[in-house]
Amino acid sequence: MRACAAMALVLAGCVTVTAAPAPLSAFAVPPDSAAKRVRQSRRYDTRDEALVLKASGALLMDLGFVTDKSDETLGVLVASKDRSAVEIGQIAVAALIAAFTGADVPYDERQKMRASVVTHPSGRKSIVVRVTFQRIVWNTHGQISKREQLDKPEYYDEFFEKLSKSLLLEAHDT
Amino acid sequence: MKRILLPLLLAAGCNYSQKELLKAPEEQAALRAMQTRIYDTTDEQKTLRAVIATLQDLGFVIDDANAMLGIVSATKFEGGVTRVQVAVKRHGEKQISVRASALAGTKAVTDPAAYQEFFASLSKGMFLSAHEIE
Repeated sequence: MRACAAMALVLAGCVTVTAAPAPLSAFAVPPDSAAKRVRQSRRYDTRDEALVLKASGALLMDLGFVTDKSDETLGVLVASKDRSAVEIGQIAVAALIAAFTGADVPYDERQKMRASVVTHPSGRKSIVVRVTFQRIVWNTHGQISKREQLDKPEYYDEFFEKLSKSLLLEAHDT
Repeated sequence: MKRILLPLLLAAGCNYSQKELLKAPEEQAALRAMQTRIYDTTDEQKTLRAVIATLQDLGFVIDDANAMLGIVSATKFEGGVTRVQVAVKRHGEKQISVRASALAGTKAVTDPAAYQEFFASLSKGMFLSAHEIE
């Protein structure tokens, strides 16, 4: 029974068991910093930074985000959206454990997804856009169950593909 | 038993945790010194943009930035929640001061080495060397 419950909990969280890396201090340069910058950034051949920022804002709006903060002078736009975080697998496991033990096992219920866009001029003829995504997930007990950066390359590819269409400009790697 | 219970009940109603509202972190002056550097530039906007780019390179996600107030705040979830606020302002006529203040969870980061790492990265991004405050 214990083995079953442990397995179920592992499945519920989709946990990948790896050796924990040594903790870095708050401001240590992460080893993958340069690779991340490349993944999260694209360069557009325009000098109009406000146009790029506006297009990013319009795109985020199309994707259901609501602007939280913006500063055109610094090229910053932060937006978020609240969505359901319910996953059928987690509910099934929670129901299974409840059936056998009677325990009220929480499962993920809602999430706040956040996008942070920063633009900056690169040389005299182009603007670089860097986007980052995060989410916070709350479970059915109202507790935060996950805080994570959403860092899959396909998220960035899709975002910049849509931004290129909106700007009618081709995106270049930085 | 009643003697123990009564003070406990009274204490429970005192909201001690609210006293954190206007309480400055301990050793405020020393903390401020380790959190602050002076740069030989007058370009606040360029400094703020360098702060934003540096924080992103360090794995932070920008939460807010305000050029008029000279403030940038950012969060990092890797290795526990770290929040940082950076304030940029004129220091005399020819310099700018940059102050970074970080929280790891709910505790202020008081390790000088952490701030040294931040300013080392920022100085590289700004192509300027940092001076400590006197």
